[in-house]
Amino acid sequence: MRRRTVLDWFLGTSLGAMCLSVLYPVARYLTPPDVPEAQTSRAVAAREGELKPNDARVFRFGSHPALLVRDADGGYRAFAATCTHLSCTVQYRGDLKQIWCACHNGFYDLNGRNVSGPPPRPLEQYTVHVANGEVVVSKA
Amino acid sequence: MSEQGPVPVGLRGWLEERTGLSALAAVASKKTVPLHRHTAWYYLGGMTLFLFTVQVATGILLLLYYRSSADEAFESVQFIMTKVPFGWLVRSIHSWSANLLVFVALVHMFSVFLLKAYRRPRELTWLTGALLLFLMLAFGFSGYLLPWNTLAFFATQVGTEVPGGVPVVGRFLVRFLRGGDQVTGGTLTRFYGIHVAVLPALTTVLLTVHLLLVQKHGMSVPESQSEARTGRPPRTLPFFPNFLLRDAIGWTAAVGVLAALAAIFPWDLGVKADPFAPAPAGIRPEWYFGWMFQSLKWLPGHVLGMEGELLGILVFGLGGLALVLIPFLDSGRDPRRSRILTVLGWAVLAYVAAATAVVYLKKGP
Repeated sequence: MRRRTVLDWFLGTSLGAMCLSVLYPVARYLTPPDVPEAQTSRAVAAREGELKPNDARVFRFGSHPALLVRDADGGYRAFAATCTHLSCTVQYRGDLKQIWCACHNGFYDLNGRNVSGPPPRPLEQYTVHVANGEVVVSKA
Repeated sequence: MSEQGPVPVGLRGWLEERTGLSALAAVASKKTVPLHRHTAWYYLGGMTLFLFTVQVATGILLLLYYRSSADEAFESVQFIMTKVPFGWLVRSIHSWSANLLVFVALVHMFSVFLLKAYRRPRELTWLTGALLLFLMLAFGFSGYLLPWNTLAFFATQVGTEVPGGVPVVGRFLVRFLRGGDQVTGGTLTRFYGIHVAVLPALTTVLLTVHLLLVQKHGMSVPESQSEARTGRPPRTLPFFPNFLLRDAIGWTAAVGVLAALAAIFPWDLGVKADPFAPAPAGIRPEWYFGWMFQSLKWLPGHVLGMEGELLGILVFGLGGLALVLIPFLDSGRDPRRSRILTVLGWAVLAYVAAATAVVYLKKGP
């Protein structure tokens, strides 16, 4: 092997290694770090009687939005409010008695099942308890 | 004293000795533009470039007051619109010009496509142009979020979730774009950096290459106007000053149109984003993403054993790739292939126009 070939090889690999040593930290820097999120398993969604039958509200469940629905019979249901299609926040449509995502016209029934439009999966459903005048939502 | 001999005296001579600008002037004086029935399309590239310079100028002005945090962004744009003298004008021109820029760039691209101006030796001119168009769309997408209003918030929520459907790297791409798992103030800061630093840097490089290639190859003469077809070479117009002055008339008209649009229809600011409010009815992205938005609406939850969203991403991705590769799909040697590509181009344009129209014409959910 010629001396020049060896030198070219060393120079080339050194240059490559130098580029990598610059690019690697940059690539890692651009990737957002995992920030541990406090696991929320319970939240107060409303005061009892605050919601009329056939009405709903979006409330904060940890760092995510959730939906508390009071159905026409007065019962409470709660779901993750993030649409399973492309993550928009859903809302309750009292006129249709369904949960609706305005972004791409997806519908869910009051069990959280995706019934029409593009959503591919049901909404995650939470457990609801009424205690001491508060509507408490927790993960099932 | 230059090596080439004596140069003009005075300031002109002083400059000439140091810069050699007369060589550039000599090149410019020889540059010509072909004159034929399709010459009007040649003005669109210059118009796109002009609107881009309007964006740079108004963008720099907006930077002086804009604050890129979730707590202050909306209020700072509100301040620009209501308190800063002529702030409403600067921001409205920036928004209107952005939309006109995308429109003119799209027409420019389609005219180049129909005139087959992408063929040898202009493949790289097309390639850099297509990449510049993607950059303009990225400018539009990243800039849309900056006022931090409800529409922008959910458009970004949807837009950044779209790559999530890509197998294996989907979640990484979403986190990379958002600067975390969700759209937050961190996303706003990231988009701001992309909008005012990363994209301008990339655009500067690509635009320089694009313009140098246009300069090197000159304007493409469509086949129907070529000497081979008509039996005589097309007439020409000197670029400097004739063509440039005609360009300047168009640019002056564009300034008038922008000022009128900004004054008659100042750009709306909307309502401040609330990440814990439901997406409002009537939500939609900027018009140039409307066809993708509508397509995602039409696609059912599952198609052909895969999630509808994934199929959408696949088709959009392949469409983008096909757009970039057009010069290599039609080199001009096979007339049948060329005709098929033209028909396909019209079909895609018809679909995009129809889907966009549906977004704006359809009432209710």
